[in-house]
Amino acid sequence: MSSLAAPGPASASLAAGIEGTARRVSQRTWWRLLLRDWPSVVALLVLLLIALAAIFAPFLTAIDPLTTNTRVKAEPLFTPGYPLGTDQLGRDIWSRLLYGARLTLTVGIAGAAVSAAVGLLIGLIAGYFGGWVDAVTMRGLDVLLSFPDILLAVVIVAILGPSLQNALIAVAILGVPFYVRLIRADVLRLRQSDFVTSARTIGASNRRIIAAHILPNVIAPIIVTASIHVGYLILSAAGLSFVGLGAQPPSPEWGAMVSSGRDYLLIAPHVVLVPAAAIFVVVLAFNIVGDGLRDALDPKAR
Amino acid sequence: MTRYLIGRIAQVIPTALLVSVVVFLMLHMAPGDPVAVILSAKAVAYTEDDVIALREQLGLDKPLIAQYLAWVGNAVRGDLGTSLYLRRDIRPLLFERLGATAILAAGALLFALPVGIIGGVVSSLLKGTIWDRLINAVIVMGVAVPVFALGLFFIVIFGAYLRWLPVSGMVSAGGGDFVDRVKHLILPAVALGVGPAAILARLTRSSMLEVQNEDYVRTARAKGLKEGVVTWRHTFRNVLIPVTTVIGLQVGFLLGGAVLIEVVFGWPGMGSLIINGILQRDFPVVQAGVLAVALCYVFVNLAVDVLYAVIDPRIRYGA
Repeated sequence: MSSLAAPGPASASLAAGIEGTARRVSQRTWWRLLLRDWPSVVALLVLLLIALAAIFAPFLTAIDPLTTNTRVKAEPLFTPGYPLGTDQLGRDIWSRLLYGARLTLTVGIAGAAVSAAVGLLIGLIAGYFGGWVDAVTMRGLDVLLSFPDILLAVVIVAILGPSLQNALIAVAILGVPFYVRLIRADVLRLRQSDFVTSARTIGASNRRIIAAHILPNVIAPIIVTASIHVGYLILSAAGLSFVGLGAQPPSPEWGAMVSSGRDYLLIAPHVVLVPAAAIFVVVLAFNIVGDGLRDALDPKAR
Repeated sequence: MTRYLIGRIAQVIPTALLVSVVVFLMLHMAPGDPVAVILSAKAVAYTEDDVIALREQLGLDKPLIAQYLAWVGNAVRGDLGTSLYLRRDIRPLLFERLGATAILAAGALLFALPVGIIGGVVSSLLKGTIWDRLINAVIVMGVAVPVFALGLFFIVIFGAYLRWLPVSGMVSAGGGDFVDRVKHLILPAVALGVGPAAILARLTRSSMLEVQNEDYVRTARAKGLKEGVVTWRHTFRNVLIPVTTVIGLQVGFLLGGAVLIEVVFGWPGMGSLIINGILQRDFPVVQAGVLAVALCYVFVNLAVDVLYAVIDPRIRYGA
């Protein structure tokens, strides 16, 4: 399989992000282009609101997300004092949602940062030095990619033990091959470019060529890929929590909230559907911003 | 063609071997001594001697390489060991579960292929209209929706509220006919198929738009061919290559996503087998299950590459 892509809806759009950034726009205009795309603006605002709500969670609710209250079990939406109702243990869903947003956003952003950093390092080394280093790296990635999607994450969690932190590590590892392939391909191209040849001719060291000439040219595609990757990470981590391999109860992580409310699905569907909708909205917003960024950075796509 | 096939099939062997090594090592790095798991499952006090005896019996006292060779040797001969938790031979268990997952994945593809491809073609033909925008909005949402949440949503709407379809298991208690089985399949298969359908539609649309600008399409139109012929014979046929790639990749997603959907719908497939194996520390089952799914995926990829060569002569001649 020679394609850049790997299984999964989000990873297919990841691959699209990788291909889409072959051409660049000057650094000053891309954000103007992004702000001209109204879905991206709306999505950015939504993300900003959610991030603020996560940061200022203690000011938006007085109720502790973990405190159970047997007198208000599974109250419906819009109950006075509980705008989103309560779950089967009488915990306030609004409060859990706010505190859970911290976990969800952290997983998405930290996961993308870790994947990107590791992928950048490996991709730079493999692409720049080539030869057997490159061959061994790419073979290793092929093995990683021969496990379907979330199954690899499941196995990694099996080794490390179920927890949100380990789920994060697992989904971050899952993302590394995309960055490596993206960066390696770019580095291979840049290595042949005139400015790198010139730098080498005047005696620049490998370190200087990588830092001053290659790195600045691979940053934009990394940012685009990462922005699309965040949604994918959030989905995967929530999925792991849902099957009991990620965040453990009573954590208000959204996937874990869906999981813990499952047994009451038919009696109190909002306990499950509210956090599920929250995951959907955040992932949707990240994907829209990611697509917008890709279009803004790639004039060919318009 | 034969040469291409032989070359491509030969690539499978090292990949399969590497996959088996990785699976073997992974689960040997996992915490929790299987010996302790087995002995404590018996719920009787055990001594240090029991531990040593069982260790020998399971071959865990041998060097890692010998253990690996024994495991692979047995696996090749069809002996995958015994489940620590279910106390069953793993091989029949695996075949049952693989069959269930294959039915689920096939059902999902059966939904995703026509919906995704027709959606993409329609949207490309109606480019710029409100319908195109509508389809695009559905695509964007289809990619973002968590598969397990969609499954639960279906259970609430179609199972509990409308009471149209059963929401759990593969078949009604006490067995059921073909119609009963199909009814059980619909909700999980559609929930699983939505993501792949969205991806396919997006790709079909963009490929169609790209190919429509090719010279040969303009030529076909210029020489007076009917629009339908241009669309299907000249445009769509060339869209099949990227679409086939993505279908192959989506099968991987289906095998993975099935893990979550199987848990939601109580579908007795590989996914739930592996997850329960992990939660119950039943490592022989996890090992065999992961190996089986990974090998299936390797073979699906092989099948996709062979299919390429059939669709596109340029690939088999290495152009």
